[in-house]
Amino acid sequence: MTDKEPRLLLFHAPLLRQDMTTPRTMRDVIVALLPATAAAVWYFGLGAVLVLAASILGAAVAEWLFAPRASRGASLRDGSGLLTGLLLGLTLPPGLPMWMAFLGGFVSICLGKVIWGGLGHNLFNPALLGRAFLLATFPIAMTTWPVITPGEFGVQAGNLALPFMQAGADGVSGATPLGLFKFEQQVTPLAELAFGKIGGSIGETSGALLLLGGVYLWIRRDLDWRIPVSILATVALFSLVLVLFDAERFPAPLFSIFSGGLLLGAIYMATDPVTSPVTPKGAWIFGIGVGVLVMLIRVFGGLPEGVMYAILLMNAATPLIDRYTQPRVFGHEAESS
Amino acid sequence: MKKNESYEEFLKGIWRDNPVFAQVLGMCPMLAVTNSAVNAIAMGMATMFVLVGSSFLVSTFRNVIPKQVRISCFIIIIATFVTIADYTLLALVPGVHKELGAFIPLIVANCLILGRQEAFASRYPTKLAVMDALGMACGFLVALFSLGAVREILGDGALFGVKLFGDSFEPWVIMILPPGGFLTLGVILLFFNWFKYKKDEFLDDVARAERSGADG
Amino acid sequence: MSPDTSKLNAQPSALRLVLTLAVAGLISGVAIIGIYESTLPTITANKARELREAVFKVLPGVTRMQALVSRDGDLVVVSEPDKDEPVVYGGYDDTGDFVGYAMPGAGPGFQDTIALLYGYKPEEGLVVGMEILESRETPGLGDKIFKDEEFVAEFDALSVRPEIVSVKKGAGTAPNEVDSITGATISSKAVVRIINETHAAWAERLPPAGKEPAIVEPETGGTGAGP
Repeated sequence: MTDKEPRLLLFHAPLLRQDMTTPRTMRDVIVALLPATAAAVWYFGLGAVLVLAASILGAAVAEWLFAPRASRGASLRDGSGLLTGLLLGLTLPPGLPMWMAFLGGFVSICLGKVIWGGLGHNLFNPALLGRAFLLATFPIAMTTWPVITPGEFGVQAGNLALPFMQAGADGVSGATPLGLFKFEQQVTPLAELAFGKIGGSIGETSGALLLLGGVYLWIRRDLDWRIPVSILATVALFSLVLVLFDAERFPAPLFSIFSGGLLLGAIYMATDPVTSPVTPKGAWIFGIGVGVLVMLIRVFGGLPEGVMYAILLMNAATPLIDRYTQPRVFGHEAESS
Repeated sequence: MKKNESYEEFLKGIWRDNPVFAQVLGMCPMLAVTNSAVNAIAMGMATMFVLVGSSFLVSTFRNVIPKQVRISCFIIIIATFVTIADYTLLALVPGVHKELGAFIPLIVANCLILGRQEAFASRYPTKLAVMDALGMACGFLVALFSLGAVREILGDGALFGVKLFGDSFEPWVIMILPPGGFLTLGVILLFFNWFKYKKDEFLDDVARAERSGADG
Repeated sequence: MSPDTSKLNAQPSALRLVLTLAVAGLISGVAIIGIYESTLPTITANKARELREAVFKVLPGVTRMQALVSRDGDLVVVSEPDKDEPVVYGGYDDTGDFVGYAMPGAGPGFQDTIALLYGYKPEEGLVVGMEILESRETPGLGDKIFKDEEFVAEFDALSVRPEIVSVKKGAGTAPNEVDSITGATISSKAVVRIINETHAAWAERLPPAGKEPAIVEPETGGTGAGP
């Protein structure tokens, strides 16, 4: 079969090739996330680095452990596992004990990817599944936000908790802009939202840098622009309508967009090609669904933030969306039913 | 010989035909009440009482019950035992009864029990039927307990209410909630199947080696 | 041992089918009545004891109690309240003097209905104790409404005038303010709301302070309350 000098080369389509490969896409996304990650380290200190490292390590260990013996190196080298670990780490609070972040990364790959049959077969975004697991497992640690200390590269007290042990008596805990808005009716200034300096998950501090990464990905053609655009537009529109009813009670459109994990989720997680629809029409439906769910959970639900659940729910609807938005094959009649 | 046979019927329920790990029966109580070891054992004991009692009666009267109404008769017998178990638990251990709640009456609907009546007790002599019921109930109890123990240890840092890791243990809240039941059961089934797979592989290897030995 | 199938293939008469089921039902019915009758006293006693313990816990200093219901604008003593009839329990000390009411309330929590009992002294307008009877709140977060001793202790001397309000942890200063539990704001607020609603529902029906019904049960009693 493997003749070293074939006399006849047989190819099947496609005959034109692009350098658009899985490792390249994964590398692009990691590069796009670097500025926001750097900002997070500036605001939250070394604690953020430790959490990110632990979650990436957890993902890598799971990836290595559950791969077939023959392809152990390959599954790590395509970078998708590492990206899952990084994305998960960015959604975690900076003061989270490292062992929890490790467990989260491990669970992300196990439950989010391996049991479905590996990359490309999973129904849910692995990083968000890992976060949902952590949120349900350690609800207190996952909603304890340390006070930000720009430029002080310290480690949060909670980071170094021993495995299976509590984070210990916490010092001062801060709050997220969404939490402040929901429970204390306090509005955080937009400039702080856009450039960081707000409490919250590691990756959601700097909205502007997340957007910058998104533009880079769009230029490199690594993401379907329809999804983030439709999510953000829906959220802004929903917000605007609510504000027209009662400006006191409901969040303004820009606040809605820049607060919480919306930008991180809309640009880097909802666009995961495996778990979002492939058709353009489907992408619009998917994005609008995420946007509506986010606003419903934030405004009318019991939780301050709903990006994670919104994306996971729409992930579940993706196969159905794909099925009903199949384009008509040229030359075929539209289905009469 | 006779003794061996009934012994065999007892053992098969615990491992080879384990109602949970091999037959995947009785999932409702399995997932619902295994958030602590005590609840799991109480549920297992109640199920054992009902299963052994009804198997005994069904097998004893298997020649009297006409087949056209056998299912109704089984259900009447099972429901009676369940009611007895329900009231006894309520009187003796009200705390556990409150935790188990609606799942005690729901033993009636446990397909493990009706399944054993239809598939075994109504066809075999009393002694074998009782041994089979005991084996199945023990297998169910073992499964409930292993799930309950894992969930209580991780979810509460305790076993039978005794703290294992000291006060600073961080409980895995999800393990006490319903998703924890699904996750734990999934992992246990994974290991059970992995073990069976490895065993079959090993037996295949042995058989092949023997065959090639015989050929040569 | 081969399965015994010969009997299964026979075609019995309809009478036999009916008779079999009737006999089985009869035996089953007798067995159920038997177990019901023999366990009923223990079950009733268990429930009464549980209720009495809860009442004594929320009303410190109380050693005797009786069930009270509102009928025709009057609070009357009953030994066995009707099903679904709202009831409060009057607590009395050793000498038979009225101490306060133990009032059961229920309402939606974060997960499911929370049922609780709180002690209320009408003269001072104070809630003097609270016990959660039933709740399915999230373990580790919402279940702090009965596991967090600090939170439960908030209800040891709490004014209901004009009504109880829940505030952020550490901010409670006024006698009618309760510190919410961090991370379980909804459950804490639910407890406060249930007490407020129960209080409002009974405010009209309770007699003016000092005119509470006297204890009627025998001295040695403590069995006045039904299940």
